[in-house]
Amino acid sequence: MAENKQSAEVVVSDVHKKIRAAFEVFDYELNNTVDAREISTIICSLGCFPSQADIHDFIAEVEEDQTGYVHLDKFLPAMTKVLLENKFPPIPEDRVLQAFEVLDKDNKGYLEAEELTKYLTQEGEVFNQKEMDEMLFAFSDPEKNVIHYKDLICQLTFDTGQ
Amino acid sequence: MGCGTSVSTETQDKVVEKDNSVKAPNPALTMKAAVLIQRWYRRYMARLEMRRRYTWNIFQSIEYAGEQDQLQLSSFFSFMLDNFTQLNGNGPDLISQLLDPVVNPWLDRETCFNMIPVPESYTGPRLSFPLSVSDTNALLNGFKEQQTLHARYVLQLLYEAKKLLKQMPNIIHLSTSYTTEITICGDLHGRLDDLLLIFYKNGLPSAETPYVFNGDFVDRGKKSVEVVMLLFAYLLLYPDYMHLNRGNHEDHIMNLRYGFTKEVMQKYKAHGREILQLFQDVFSLLPIATVIDGKILIVHGGISDQTDLDFLGSIERNKVKSALRFPRRSLGQLDIGQCCRQMKGIRSTDSSRASSSCSHSKNQRTQNQRKRRCFPSRQDSTISTSSSSSSSSSSSSSLCSPRTPSHLTPRQCPSFPSSPHTTSVLQVPFLDSLSSVGPPSPPQHEREWKQIVDILWSDPKTQEGCSPNTFRGGGCYFGPDVTQRLLLQHGLQLLIRSHECKQEGYELCHGGQVITIFSASNYYEEGSNRGAYIKVGRELVPRFYQYQVSRTTRKLTLTQRVRAAEGSALRALKEKLFSHRSELMSGFQQYDQNNKGCVSVSEWTLVLEAVLRLDLPWRTLRPHLARLTPDGSVEYQSCFEDMGPGNSLPQVTPNLAETLFRYRTDIEIIFNIIDKDHSGLISIEEFRHTWRLFTAHLGVDIDDRAIDDLARSIDFNKDGSIDFTEFLEAFRVVHKLDKDQHVNGR
Repeated sequence: MAENKQSAEVVVSDVHKKIRAAFEVFDYELNNTVDAREISTIICSLGCFPSQADIHDFIAEVEEDQTGYVHLDKFLPAMTKVLLENKFPPIPEDRVLQAFEVLDKDNKGYLEAEELTKYLTQEGEVFNQKEMDEMLFAFSDPEKNVIHYKDLICQLTFDTGQ
Repeated sequence: MGCGTSVSTETQDKVVEKDNSVKAPNPALTMKAAVLIQRWYRRYMARLEMRRRYTWNIFQSIEYAGEQDQLQLSSFFSFMLDNFTQLNGNGPDLISQLLDPVVNPWLDRETCFNMIPVPESYTGPRLSFPLSVSDTNALLNGFKEQQTLHARYVLQLLYEAKKLLKQMPNIIHLSTSYTTEITICGDLHGRLDDLLLIFYKNGLPSAETPYVFNGDFVDRGKKSVEVVMLLFAYLLLYPDYMHLNRGNHEDHIMNLRYGFTKEVMQKYKAHGREILQLFQDVFSLLPIATVIDGKILIVHGGISDQTDLDFLGSIERNKVKSALRFPRRSLGQLDIGQCCRQMKGIRSTDSSRASSSCSHSKNQRTQNQRKRRCFPSRQDSTISTSSSSSSSSSSSSSLCSPRTPSHLTPRQCPSFPSSPHTTSVLQVPFLDSLSSVGPPSPPQHEREWKQIVDILWSDPKTQEGCSPNTFRGGGCYFGPDVTQRLLLQHGLQLLIRSHECKQEGYELCHGGQVITIFSASNYYEEGSNRGAYIKVGRELVPRFYQYQVSRTTRKLTLTQRVRAAEGSALRALKEKLFSHRSELMSGFQQYDQNNKGCVSVSEWTLVLEAVLRLDLPWRTLRPHLARLTPDGSVEYQSCFEDMGPGNSLPQVTPNLAETLFRYRTDIEIIFNIIDKDHSGLISIEEFRHTWRLFTAHLGVDIDDRAIDDLARSIDFNKDGSIDFTEFLEAFRVVHKLDKDQHVNGR
């Protein structure tokens, strides 16, 4: 029983360290405060896959009353809970692939910029124009104006994973 | 890095296998698919953003830490002046070598350039004064074709610019009109491509397209000369439509370290020194602020809670030649009777007697600065000449008569050999402002200096209040309340400043009352940031225009660019670690009494912070810098594993090697100055002497014999001279894992 408690404490302590480390990157004035707009980046860098609604709710919970800032005092416990309870679990690559394949109704292996734009800016948790433009600019084949989604998946999971 | 906990499956939106024959998928499925993709993609973009952000942090920290190191170099110069010794009694001494005596009043006369012939064979732009549009076009075309403007025209252009700038007030007032908008650009830092891109997108300076360039035209980029020549040329052509503010890099001491001095010396072998001297004057004559319609204030850095625009409008701005030096008094105010001579070998220390001459030092906290600004008391004096090289105020210099210094406050004085110079006075072009002679400095001069430094060096921050900018070592951090107060006080509505690189080229803060505008794209690394400029018309609403110069033909993907920038930042960081190896090791060993070779992550972080003094997210960076043992502690030796010296010189001890590596840039600057004929060689004697002084100043314990051995070992030809380029190459560090790293062997 005591051992369990101890290892639980170690786990929490590790989680705290990870959270602090991520928080610190955006704490420019070294006063344990970050801009609320960075919260989604921090949450994601800790391995979570939150939805927009998740992020919105989370920020509402931890933001310092209308200031636009979040203090570590509130962030730490809230984020710890998220991690320990695995509230925003990861999406495995094969699921994403399936999702792309659903959209790729002709089974071409790629999606035209136009059709992808239509889906992502009109369905679900829509991309704004800037996000869509950036995705196309960064990942589409410029000559044919298409996105090879298998490559995209590989590139992102491989390159940005650690 | 990652969550590390188990993956649970979402039961609700499990995607079933596609039916190939169905052309229009189930709308519910489509939506679920879209959501999945969006969530997944956003998460990866956030992770990339995280990497980009700490890469950015690294670049910025190292950049600002470098600026603090700059003070090291300037304090070394002071030290050298204090500890002057004549080399061999015959030829010019080291100090006068450093400080070319030939330069001065000559530069105020047209003969400085008139006597320089331009050969027939010169194919670059030829200018005729007063300048016309064909001259500026010739410059544009010439520079686009990689030509270098002839020294004669450089000097002439600077001479004319100086004349013009002398007539300008400290603060320029502009008005918008209904038909024209004013374009405001930020830091260019010698990036000619960015300037040309701005002119291309926005139009050349003209009555229809007036410009304000907000400082930092030079340093870091390779085309600082071309950038600043263009800006000054347009200034001369259209003084009503082209406006330049001074930046903190329009400063000859900054230029010594950040590349402008070097660029000039390399491009202009024969006339480099005169050109630099003129630049020094011209830079200090640049206006420090611009105001549009009495509503928009434009300064390079920022403000402080002491900023007083009325006061700033009234001072003699050119007296502050360098922010890193206390302002010179004009000769009229010199009390001729005061002179002194530094005891040899006394290093600057904190001394209470000295506090009156350095009361401004309370604004700057770093140890280097404190050391630099406080001088020990003088014990005796001999005949010495005091120098002045002011070119804007009186240009003569005076001789001091000896006086007992008992009642004198200690101050910096150039010191001279016991046999007085009978010839003309020693001029101090690079370091004239060092000779801040005079009685205890009255508050006036301190205040002028501080006001200007605040304008050129401050940064805005989100917290209220005003505090010394310890990051940079100069100026302040000013909060939204400071901004609010100043704007209100002067009836202004907006502050536009530059000085900080921003990812999008611009950034708003203080509730939109402060805009940072930065015009050098790809500043840290290809793809690191955009550049931007602002246009503002009669309605005084700023509009932003962004751009990015792309230098590679091969298009990099976003992840490739992030990875490249990250790699570059990490290498720079590793070199920092390597150059402080011994200090770091002793720090680590203090936590590792049992000599196990590892410390906890927290301890590792503490040591790094204490030694390197870089505010970085060390925990996040740890995976890139050091290995962990199976039990989660850091093997600290692994920090230094993949770095090594480029070339090992036989007689060099690790301690000496590390010192040489760490101060490589400073040493290079000094060598370049000593090497008057730009041959790339300096004599062994000079090397030895300089090196000894340098290490004494740094307080590094280097055996004299080690230096002699070193000197001898690098004199490969045994002809008494050292090729210092080769020497410096040897103290470059290589990253062992770089397969295509070129190692300079012998």
